[in-house]
Amino acid sequence: MTTMIQVEHATKAFTLSYQRSLKQTVLAKARGRKTHDTFNAVDDVTFTVKEGESVGLMGLNGSGKSTLLKLISGVMRPDSGTVLTRGRIAGLIATGTGFDNNLSGRENLYLNAAILGMSRAETDRKFDEIVDFADLGKFLDTDVAYYSSGMRARLGFSVAVNVDADIFIADEALAVGDRPFKRKCKKRMDEIVKSGVTMFYVSHAPGSVRNLCNRVLVMESGRLAFDGDVEEGIAYLHYDDGDDDGEDDGLGADI
Amino acid sequence: MVSAGSVGPARRTEGDLAALPLAPPAATGLREVVRRRYLLGMLVRNTIKSRYQGTVLGWVWSYLQPAIRFCMFYFLFQVMIGRGEGTIENFAIHLFAGMVIVHFFTETFNGGTQSLVQNRSLITKLPVPREMFPVARMLVAGWHTIPMLIILVVPCIALGWRPDLEGIAAALLGFALAAALGLALGLVFSVGNVFMRDIGKVAQTLTQFVTFSVPMMYPFTLVHERFGDPWSGYYLLNPMAEAVLLIQRGFWTGTTSDPSATAAAHLPDHLFTRGLIMTGVSVVLLVLAQRLFSRLEAKVPERL
Repeated sequence: MTTMIQVEHATKAFTLSYQRSLKQTVLAKARGRKTHDTFNAVDDVTFTVKEGESVGLMGLNGSGKSTLLKLISGVMRPDSGTVLTRGRIAGLIATGTGFDNNLSGRENLYLNAAILGMSRAETDRKFDEIVDFADLGKFLDTDVAYYSSGMRARLGFSVAVNVDADIFIADEALAVGDRPFKRKCKKRMDEIVKSGVTMFYVSHAPGSVRNLCNRVLVMESGRLAFDGDVEEGIAYLHYDDGDDDGEDDGLGADI
Repeated sequence: MVSAGSVGPARRTEGDLAALPLAPPAATGLREVVRRRYLLGMLVRNTIKSRYQGTVLGWVWSYLQPAIRFCMFYFLFQVMIGRGEGTIENFAIHLFAGMVIVHFFTETFNGGTQSLVQNRSLITKLPVPREMFPVARMLVAGWHTIPMLIILVVPCIALGWRPDLEGIAAALLGFALAAALGLALGLVFSVGNVFMRDIGKVAQTLTQFVTFSVPMMYPFTLVHERFGDPWSGYYLLNPMAEAVLLIQRGFWTGTTSDPSATAAAHLPDHLFTRGLIMTGVSVVLLVLAQRLFSRLEAKVPERL
């Protein structure tokens, strides 16, 4: 099996600045208060993901999931340790980021695809599929500024989900928009999972993790606390305690 | 509703994947910007497009504004004050030619400085080579220079200027110098601006200084006359002074009654050698700027 993601002793520290102006800093120093603080958002994390694995990344808020995902997607670089990946990474991260309100839906589609690393030829080839999926009708040539939030989300989602990925990562609800669109999202996600792509999925929803993943990582204050079977991972987090049927969000909710 | 026969994302075979290198997820650097020039082109086009968004005259504004500025210079300095009569012929051209390149430089520098902060939402969420944004601002500045150049060339031709090989080379060298220097400063200040927003204010102050520290509102000879030899030499250590002198060799000297006499009187000796040296210095600065940028940019997303 080919290694797709290799994370070795990755650490990422954040600096918290309490003061920004010179005056505040001087005053804080004079009063003997701390002017800044550092903490490790991701602390000495090591794991590898093989081709075709589907990994669910879980953990409480602030446990470092998103930071770890940013290290893998390449937005951030580790302070120490290494993060290596193979092939193109794409997926549902910050869909619709970089939309320019002054441009039409069509132009934003091309821009967004380019930001996600697609060439013009590739976008041309996928254009119909993306437009079909977003189903914006005549609004495709309207400025995005006049879009409803649901329409924006649909366009962003449609572009992101149509990028050919070797590693598919997702850090948000896998379904957006109204009920018919959610069904379409669900269908598309099933296709993606069935295609056997390497998946890396951040979620709080045990239901969708069960559906999509065959391995779970649990983060706890920056450290990798659990790595293994899906059910055991969910049990480790005590996410199955109590009666939370129906609370499940994301993909699980509507399916 | 779902497009018939959609087959999920196409996938590479395992063999193909194994052939790919295991690498850091996002490549960075100016080379990566060149590789992703399709995205770069799109960012540049969108920025240009949004500049005159919603105006009735649209791109006409980009000609109207410099044209009006030139006419103002002409009336104020040549007709009203009579600046340069007898000493500098066609003072309005002398001034406007300098202004074109200074404008290009300051827009590259200032725009570049603001570019990372302005694209915060993109930079903190998606992996895009960060150098892309200062480079895009330089290209936008270059695009905005074209109408100004046309407004410059029209009166030049009316005054008898004809393009000569040496003059064109001088102007091109001047722009290459300004581009390299502006981008180098843009890279350093953009990343500095992320850590301390004061850096943006410093950049603004510096660009004001540029306007007065180059020989466009006054001839270079004035510096030489007033301050004598060692000082006029120091004055020429400012690369933008060379850039302005080069563009004046490209356009202004050709409009005067005796171009070679004007060049001999008002331009320093060895202008091309000086220009080439300063361009070389700027390129070295650009390389150093890129090094500094890539060292600091790892901390950019969390500081934005």
